[in-house]
Amino acid sequence: MAKITFITRDNESITVEGNSGNVMELAVQNKIKGIDGNCGGVCSCATCHVHVEPSDWAKTGAPNAMESDMLEFDEKVSDHSRLSCQMKVTEDLDGVVLKVAN
Amino acid sequence: MSENTTSNKICVVIGASHAGVNVAFSLRREGWEGEIILYDSDPEMPYHRPPLSKAYLSAENNSELDLLFPEQNYASENITLKLGETVSEINNEEKTITLSSGEIQLYDKLVLATGARPFIPPINGIKTASNLFPMRTFADTVSIQKAIKNSVEKRVVIIGGGYIGLETAASLKKIGAKVVVLEREERVLERVTAPEMSTFFSKLHQENGVEVLPNKNVVSIKTSEGINEVVCDDNTSYKADLIVVGVGIKVNIDLAEKAGVEIENGIKVDSSAKTSDANIYAIGDCTYHFNPHYNRFIRLESVQNAVDQAKVAALAICGNQVEYNAIPWFWSDQYDVKLQMVGLSKGYNEVIQRIELDNDKCQSVWYFKDNELLAVDAVNNGKAYVLGGRFIKGKQEIDKLKLKDVSIPIKPTSFLKD
Repeated sequence: MAKITFITRDNESITVEGNSGNVMELAVQNKIKGIDGNCGGVCSCATCHVHVEPSDWAKTGAPNAMESDMLEFDEKVSDHSRLSCQMKVTEDLDGVVLKVAN
Repeated sequence: MSENTTSNKICVVIGASHAGVNVAFSLRREGWEGEIILYDSDPEMPYHRPPLSKAYLSAENNSELDLLFPEQNYASENITLKLGETVSEINNEEKTITLSSGEIQLYDKLVLATGARPFIPPINGIKTASNLFPMRTFADTVSIQKAIKNSVEKRVVIIGGGYIGLETAASLKKIGAKVVVLEREERVLERVTAPEMSTFFSKLHQENGVEVLPNKNVVSIKTSEGINEVVCDDNTSYKADLIVVGVGIKVNIDLAEKAGVEIENGIKVDSSAKTSDANIYAIGDCTYHFNPHYNRFIRLESVQNAVDQAKVAALAICGNQVEYNAIPWFWSDQYDVKLQMVGLSKGYNEVIQRIELDNDKCQSVWYFKDNELLAVDAVNNGKAYVLGGRFIKGKQEIDKLKLKDVSIPIKPTSFLKD
């Protein structure tokens, strides 16, 4: 079980719990505004972009190659950008804070 | 929220796929307080459609569908799902719809998200063929997988070398089928890509053991004892235990047309997704809508259009001024290749293909009309896809010589004119 906090662009903070699937799916289930996951989680659309709190970067790890290609030139990219569909919900993510990019 | 309250109003949505489901959830987000009722003749909980022909079809065990939203979200957002129910008529004067059961439902606002259905061409013998399926719904994938499992020889003929045909070919190959793709035109993906892309995908399939045959116009199907023989007009024929038809779609306009809503290459809508009837909106694959960037009316078969138009319609229904203005994007997954497309290439007169130095499976095709970049097809190349989209949107002028030079890496400033 991992507790994950999303902070939306309206500065709403929502903490949810999950134990399977990916972070995008968890966000969609919990109606997190700004995370759509339109492609269903195959790293094709970048509608699930989040900025990881820098202090949590070690927990989430860096993006994979395909993901970082999608992120590198995204207008909203930061040093700690991830596509949440590429992040598995595991106990390693317990306590992380993710700012929704869109 | 707009001038008047919506708490006692009813919004009915016909079609519960990407467009219909997203308009329902967006309506709630934008403040629609009244009832929302979603109808679909498909009995399954609304699901992601694109994975069906991709990961889903090639998976060994498919016990769970990839749902658009979990079931409890419909309840918590007070969205009523009426699945397995077919709407037979719209009465726009009474503002009611009639179900095939005869039941009548009132509406204040109606959203048509009726999508499209596979086109089954009038080929001799197609109606009596054995194990012949389209590929659009969950039920189709179940039928196809069952037929593959029950077949000893697993010979598959796919009629049509478009995205559906090629994705289905790749997926069925993965689960052990012997696959032949018959394309009527001189190359696969003829309608949607440049010859460079067609060549790439033909080769990709051949390398993976799928036969891709162009110039194959199927004229008849002969079936005997459960085995089909697919006959082409050049007198060649192919044996098939299973046939998948992927030759395009027919837009579901019948309900709208009978209700007198304006039809032109689909259900014609304005920039807020409203039809010629002020109380009826239409979204997704079924619409013929204006694209401001390309300055023309278009019809699109895509998730992007379904979702983005749904958001626009929800805003408009809730009383906001809104204009649909999106650069279309699409994707396709075949084998280990991810194809991402942005923009609309129609009308191009020049193509620049980049094959990146370190990896010939990483490439991109850039479509121009004179100096205007219209579209980019990117193969395993997210950078080209993302930047291409930015260049198109910003009407960025591109230095074509630099773009052609693969020693110059793809970066935001790489191809700017000096």
